[in-house]
Amino acid sequence: MPENKDHKIVMDREGIERCLTRIAYEILEKNKGMDNLVLVGIRTGGIYLAERLQKKISAIEGKNIPLGILDITLYRDDIARSNKKAPLGKTKIPFDLTDKKVILVDDVLFTGRTIRAAMDALIDFGRPKMIQLAVLIDRGHRELPIRADYVGKNLPSSLWEAVSVHLLEKNGTDEVVIEEET
Amino acid sequence: MMKLGKKDILGIRDMTPDEIRLILDTAESFLEISTRDIKKVPTLRGKSVINLFYEASTRTRTSFEIAGKRLSADTINISASSSSVVKGETLIDTARNLEAMNPDIIVLRHSAAGAPHLLASLVRQSIINAGDGANEHPSQALLDMMTIREKKGRIDGLKVAIIGDILHSRVARSNIHGLTKMGARVAVAGPATMMPRDIERLGVEAHLKIDDAIVDADVVMMLRIQLERQKQNIFPSLREYAQRFCLNRRNLQLARPDAIVMHPGPMNRGVEISPDIADDPGCSVILDQVNNGVAVRMALFYLLSGGNDE
Repeated sequence: MPENKDHKIVMDREGIERCLTRIAYEILEKNKGMDNLVLVGIRTGGIYLAERLQKKISAIEGKNIPLGILDITLYRDDIARSNKKAPLGKTKIPFDLTDKKVILVDDVLFTGRTIRAAMDALIDFGRPKMIQLAVLIDRGHRELPIRADYVGKNLPSSLWEAVSVHLLEKNGTDEVVIEEET
Repeated sequence: MMKLGKKDILGIRDMTPDEIRLILDTAESFLEISTRDIKKVPTLRGKSVINLFYEASTRTRTSFEIAGKRLSADTINISASSSSVVKGETLIDTARNLEAMNPDIIVLRHSAAGAPHLLASLVRQSIINAGDGANEHPSQALLDMMTIREKKGRIDGLKVAIIGDILHSRVARSNIHGLTKMGARVAVAGPATMMPRDIERLGVEAHLKIDDAIVDADVVMMLRIQLERQKQNIFPSLREYAQRFCLNRRNLQLARPDAIVMHPGPMNRGVEISPDIADDPGCSVILDQVNNGVAVRMALFYLLSGGNDE
């Protein structure tokens, strides 16, 4: 792969941690505590962010908030158009979603198509009382009427740029980078 | 991103270990869908799958049908006894007519070895071989390998004993190809009349006594005795076969203490496997095989579907 012309770090480790701490408090404030609250992280970046939010919320409230993992591949709207497949990951939602307030967690909110797929998937698991969306980065360019309830950072970007969230758990470093696509 | 580099699933013989791993990994992720209240995902909405079965089958046909339905594909079953096959239509004509109705995948079971390969060369749809004569039954071998990996955590380095009519068994042939590719040691045993002459060339040990094959096995795979073979004088009587080749408590003790017992079904209880072993949840994984079969077939449909981009 050719070197990227432009590679800019827009958020570092402290920045990510502070955003997640704030989001954790916002979730608890908006929902008036954690009754009936569950977290569901979208594979793969959303899982690690959801796990971190789980630790923070559980630490604040002194009890454990349930966490699920969702792979949305089978709900994508472009799956029949390509024979290239993203590796299919496991979905683990070890609790009933009916009447729960679900906080869906992802790293970057872009076109909104992933979130559409995720909502369809969640509804197949039960009838949540409510679905809220938490993302670390909102980079704009929505193609569907979807918005996030909790945003770490709004990052207006051009369509020619790629926004990547690198996390310690999978990339060995915590940073958000914006790079020109080559 | 990744993809299966194939239009069709014809046999394990022409698969690479990486392709086998891709199918098994994908199938593992599909297992969870069958545990949901709503056992359906929209992935193959608008796609159609034709199950074209020229031989009797309950398990395999139902498994393919359920797999397609859980992915939201439309599945259509055609069995030879209720189709224009009885009016004398050839396989090729049937296939051309089905092709004209534009399905996406055709699953074929046929008594002639090579029938799916012929079909694959004639039509543009993906063909999945659901058993062709005594040649291959790839989805069965894949679900067997998935079950072994699930129970043992690996395939590499295990000893697998396959017992029964090796000569006429497509299940044995596909498993021998797959298991040896994945690094297992395979020992086969059966009566001399049911043992292919040059079976060692496939990289397996051949024995004429069940005990010799079972010693230290991690997996004991029993094959169904095809009762119709008795007419061909391949074995004298079921009782004699059962005396020499039935898996029972005594010979199973020769295997490793944590050995698992498999059978592709349908079982002849008391002929190739004693009922107390078939029903022993401590060693028998026969129903896990059936459960994994649906997931493997979902994985095959999923990996074969989609556009033709490079």
